Amino acid sequence: MYNYTEFDKSFLAERNAQFRAQVERRIAGALTEDEFKPLRLMNGLYLQLHAYMLRVAIPYGTLNSAQMRQLALLAEKWDKGYGHFTTRQNIQYNWPKLRDVPDMLDALAEVGLHAIQTSGNTIRNVTADHFAGAAADEIADPRPYAELIRQWSTDHPEFQFLGRKFKIAVTGASEDRAVIKAHDIGLQLVRQNEQTGFRVLVGGGLGRTPMIGKVVRDFLPEADLLPYLEAILSVYNLLGRRDNKYKARIKITVHENGIETIRALTEERFARIRPSFSGVDQDLLPGIAAQFATPSFKSADTAGFTAAYAADPVFQSWVDTNTAPHKAEDYAIVSISLKAHGATPGDATAQQMRVMADLAHRYAHDELRISHEQNVILPHVHTSDLAAIHAALRDHGLATANIGLISDIIACPGMDYCALATARSIPIAQEIATRFEELQIEHDIGQLKIKISGCINACGHHHVGHIGILGLDRAGVENYQITLGGDATETASIGERAGPGFSADEIIPAIERLVYAYLDLRENPEETFLQAYRRLGLDPFKSALYPAAAVAAE
Amino acid sequence: MTVIVTDQGFQPDDWTQGYTPLYEAANDVPALDIPSQADPDTVPLSPGLAMIRVDFPSFADGRGFTIARQLRLRGYRGRLRASGHVISDQYAMARRAGFDEVEISDDLAARQPEADWRARASWQAHDYQARLRG
Repeated sequence: MYNYTEFDKSFLAERNAQFRAQVERRIAGALTEDEFKPLRLMNGLYLQLHAYMLRVAIPYGTLNSAQMRQLALLAEKWDKGYGHFTTRQNIQYNWPKLRDVPDMLDALAEVGLHAIQTSGNTIRNVTADHFAGAAADEIADPRPYAELIRQWSTDHPEFQFLGRKFKIAVTGASEDRAVIKAHDIGLQLVRQNEQTGFRVLVGGGLGRTPMIGKVVRDFLPEADLLPYLEAILSVYNLLGRRDNKYKARIKITVHENGIETIRALTEERFARIRPSFSGVDQDLLPGIAAQFATPSFKSADTAGFTAAYAADPVFQSWVDTNTAPHKAEDYAIVSISLKAHGATPGDATAQQMRVMADLAHRYAHDELRISHEQNVILPHVHTSDLAAIHAALRDHGLATANIGLISDIIACPGMDYCALATARSIPIAQEIATRFEELQIEHDIGQLKIKISGCINACGHHHVGHIGILGLDRAGVENYQITLGGDATETASIGERAGPGFSADEIIPAIERLVYAYLDLRENPEETFLQAYRRLGLDPFKSALYPAAAVAAE
Repeated sequence: MTVIVTDQGFQPDDWTQGYTPLYEAANDVPALDIPSQADPDTVPLSPGLAMIRVDFPSFADGRGFTIARQLRLRGYRGRLRASGHVISDQYAMARRAGFDEVEISDDLAARQPEADWRARASWQAHDYQARLRG
């Protein structure tokens, strides 16, 4: 865990004092609403459908129990007793009052948290693999680099007024759990000739024009990370379009100019920028990395775990579904599902946050992670503690065994909260989860990722869902389009649109038909929905979705 | 009329030699006016150039900050001025990006008085870039 230095602390105190003054100047009229808007955005404050919304960063998704408890405190003191974890490792509070926000930011600063650059046309909160430091398939922990990027991007003087927002994600593993191919810049740690470096992708993104990122540099030595990122941003800041908000992301810049041109311009700019970095960032890096050192793992008797696993089918199912392999012997990575059937995906109450903080403190080396899939992770858990953790989670509605299954749905806030939304997302997610719970087939279905967005901006990542659902407004009526075959991992792909959309009443039966078609079509229970889709293509699934049309065609 | 903002606060404009628009520039002019869509790589940096003024058509258009940084990296050591719709909250960014001063309208100066700008005059403090670049 990175601990704030005196520099970080005094920076944050100064920044919060500035924002407090900006709020006062806005209220006094010295700042127009137009001028205040980007300033509040770069401090995480949105104006939503019903109220302000404060988006708090959880840098690279890592936090400790004290930080989680403080998130609970904010939820209770200044919101309605809950918070919403997002696809970019942030937490959103949906009901703060403008006048309270400076106090909320000060409370966050007490535990080294902030809301800086969680919105606005700037470099956003840098995200990382939520299994970082624990995963069995990792070359190196990406978080020290992510922390370096956090420091470099924070208040960067050139990049606070970009043409559009800019998102960076980092992974150190071969399995991509950080969706790096759908980020403005995606970084993958790689080893080449005994040297650590990065594979750098640029121009990925979802939204109304989904694009898979392209490789701009195959191998970037780690010491060149910051100047190279700066070169890409420098090129984008001047070349990116500012005439049309919908064409302003770097994915469009890459698409319109071509990756070769972007690469050439970046390399040229990099050559000029590189000497302005003396290397002190690399001197800081080992100190940062030391703070992410692997905890000292314990060894304990696992007989109790083995017995509980054999005796309790509920526990067994939870272990099988919600834990992942850990790099250390007899350790596991525990995913806590925030997707109880019928609940709002990603929401946690203050009490649930405290329960998770307590468990992290007691059993998990004081670490928690937030995943882009809107769940909470205990990254380092000895198997002998799994039964106790499961029991505590069960008492607080947190023991749903559905990680990676059909009810583990990503959903944006949709029309229930968001000013941009054209349809509701949360109720659709709730109805799908409830329906498949009734059918009792989700474990049989296996790995299936449904992702729901309530508008074309795609915050719910629908393009990369195995089944994607996009809620639109058709003449005042909600209409849900289905895309199939999307993938958010290292084999990333954009889903194909299946055909005409469905009404809110029709969408759940349509998903049901689709899933039953898959169960009929799969070669064996090991073949996942995505594999079956890739083998068979769109047609058989389309026939299931539109049975009347299929009959007519015959 | 305009007001010049430096670390010392507001002061009148002391530049009297005018400006030549970038695209009309002859070889050796004392001062250049640069629009926000300019490519900093092609700005002629002749030895006699003593002042470059970069336009900010809107405070939301941050291209000028990168233009300034690139001109400095190309070796320009003369005066560098940000001009137009720059707000006091951007003063530290402008200075850190390489500008020496900011030129704002009297209207903006009235709405954002000197105290707002002086509050950002200590731009060298709390600077992650200085810490990371050395």
